Amino acid sequence: MSINRRNFFKVLGVAGATLATDSLLKTNAEPSSNNKEFSGMLYDSTRCLGCQACERACAKANKLPEPFDKPRVGHIRETNDKRRTIINKYNTSKGEFNIKKQCMHCDEPACVAACLTQAMIKTKEGPVIWRADKCMGCRFCMVSCPFDSPKFEFLSSNPKIVKCTMCYDRLLEGKFPACANACPGDAILYGTRKDLIKEGRKRILENPTQYTDYIYGEHEAGGTSFLYLSAVPINELGFKTTLQKKSYPELTKGFLYSVPSIFVLWPSVLLGIYEATKNNRSKSENYE
Amino acid sequence: MNNTANIIAKDNEGTAIWKFFLSELKPKGKWLTPFNIISIPVIILGIVLIIMRFYNGLGTVTNLTQSVPWGLWIGFDVVTGVAFAGGAYVLTFMVYILNMHNYHSIVRVTVLNGFLAYVFYAGALLLDLGRPLNVINPIIGNNFGVSSVLFLVAWHFLLYMVAQLIEFSPAIAEWLGAKRAHKILSGMTIAAVIFGITLSTLHQSGLGALYLMAKEKIHPLWYSEFIPIMFFVSSVFAGLSMVIFEGSITHKVFSDQISEKNHHNHNKIIHGLAKICTGAMFAYFALQILVFIHGKHWSLLNTGMGYWYLVEMIGFVLVPMLLYFYSYRKNNMLLIRVAAIMTMIGIILNRLNVSVIGFRWDSAIRYVPTWMEIVVTLTVIFIEIWVFRWVINRMPVMRESPAWAKENK
Ligand code: SF4
Ligand code: SF4
Repeated sequence: MSINRRNFFKVLGVAGATLATDSLLKTNAEPSSNNKEFSGMLYDSTRCLGCQACERACAKANKLPEPFDKPRVGHIRETNDKRRTIINKYNTSKGEFNIKKQCMHCDEPACVAACLTQAMIKTKEGPVIWRADKCMGCRFCMVSCPFDSPKFEFLSSNPKIVKCTMCYDRLLEGKFPACANACPGDAILYGTRKDLIKEGRKRILENPTQYTDYIYGEHEAGGTSFLYLSAVPINELGFKTTLQKKSYPELTKGFLYSVPSIFVLWPSVLLGIYEATKNNRSKSENYE
Repeated sequence: MNNTANIIAKDNEGTAIWKFFLSELKPKGKWLTPFNIISIPVIILGIVLIIMRFYNGLGTVTNLTQSVPWGLWIGFDVVTGVAFAGGAYVLTFMVYILNMHNYHSIVRVTVLNGFLAYVFYAGALLLDLGRPLNVINPIIGNNFGVSSVLFLVAWHFLLYMVAQLIEFSPAIAEWLGAKRAHKILSGMTIAAVIFGITLSTLHQSGLGALYLMAKEKIHPLWYSEFIPIMFFVSSVFAGLSMVIFEGSITHKVFSDQISEKNHHNHNKIIHGLAKICTGAMFAYFALQILVFIHGKHWSLLNTGMGYWYLVEMIGFVLVPMLLYFYSYRKNNMLLIRVAAIMTMIGIILNRLNVSVIGFRWDSAIRYVPTWMEIVVTLTVIFIEIWVFRWVINRMPVMRESPAWAKENK
């Protein structure tokens, strides 16, 4: 379908002019290097105890209130401006399982492409972080994120966008993300995305009955740095499996690419028509 | 009034200018009109709410949630308001580019309307910003998010306001009696028009492109990759219907300002606009059908949202289109106005369906605006009308330009 649209814009004469901005647009829609050396985390739902140690560690690391409710079946908890990660419990076809939820740290994040102030950025290390001094609070990142990860402090006069940052400042100090550090069940593994995918494959291969043969996040939304292993298809655990495999910024590219060509073409077309119809003028002046 | 202007032109001392401005600031005419009686309390309440919103956060005034971060202020004020302001670029295209000069008498008022709409409705974007001071970041250029559609739209809003101000500026010069400036500014009109039409093409469609990444969040009957094109095409007849609607009101309210000739001419203009609307709506309706077939959403029609979709498409696109066609053929002014109003309702429905009603249509808790959001929206509209009225009563917008300005061309 996107091909159609692009064709449409091409009719308008996309050709040369797009090349000029191509490099410009790339700057923050895509990570500079497309190598998969991003850091990420592999979360194994079959190992998760549902103890909320990660939630508490996250709250402490980010100076947020301690979790006040426990995960239980039928009670869906959501991340919000007071908690950046949560554990939910679901009753699935293979029994009860826990699942963690937080920002997925997409490889090509919709939120970053959406942000007009570059407050949201994909760091070269992998985490997607938010910068208070840039953000103007327009919430376009929230509208665009397919996982609904960014949250907003609606009750503050100087609101922040709140979401998991993969503990970027801890990473810079050489420490692990707080949740991975705290997990007693080894359910959260921190590493490079490439290694994590390998590790995920290995676990599935060694224990084919324990896992469904799918690493969620490997391809979703163009690939995410947060990866999931689970016993059952992850839609049983409250995740969307219908998300597109292409990255989300891809959806606006056709439009953005056509902008420079319209800017070149339109004025010249308009000027042409203007010249062509000029002599109408004398006639209508009489009419007036 | 014309006299005051001339006096100023002659006596260019600074103090005289200030006196002139001060006297012009005073309201003219009666105070206790029904419009004033309704609008003044609403505006006062609205301003209080806006102050509250900045002191205590958006959540105190709005019903926005973590999953529906944009509500009425974006969906109605900005997205719908800007569509209605589209009349300015369509008319300047007709008059200055196609040289259809019989529409000339309504260009000024339409451009003024468009300009004010951008100032106030696009300005409503600022009310919605959580950290409004940082709005300078993408403007002064220390942080250009060039891959952001919103970046494009915001910049185009700004530039287009400048273009419209230039298009309108001869009227200001005539008001002030500034002959030299008038000449220079009039000379810039064509450039501003061309620039303005280009910007409008891009940001009218850009408003639709804002929603492209919200692929799974918008009801499939309203989401397609073609939203930008739809928004652009519909802005043509949205804007013109607004011109028809607004024209029939202002021609009554400000009838004393309009010359005999233009009064007579007005019906002809409306008649012509109805024809253009018919054509644009036909193109739009055909596009909608194509997109619908392309999307293969037949099964969705038999759902609640499906009926709602049909209400919009048939009741407020197809029917007003046929009505425009019929009333154009029969030269029936009343029916043309009815068609314009129905079309405008259709545009409101369409923009809200994409941005508010169809957004997160599946979530358990639906976003419904608070009465406070509605009051703030009304405040924005009323203040705009106040400013509009103030300008019309002072500058040669509806009435003829002073004689010197005509020679000046
Ligand atoms: S999950 Fe959402 S917030 Fe997180 S990186 Fe992806 S688009 Fe951004
Ligand atoms: S709310 Fe802030 S971080 Fe999100 S898109 Fe707007 S400016 Fe960027």
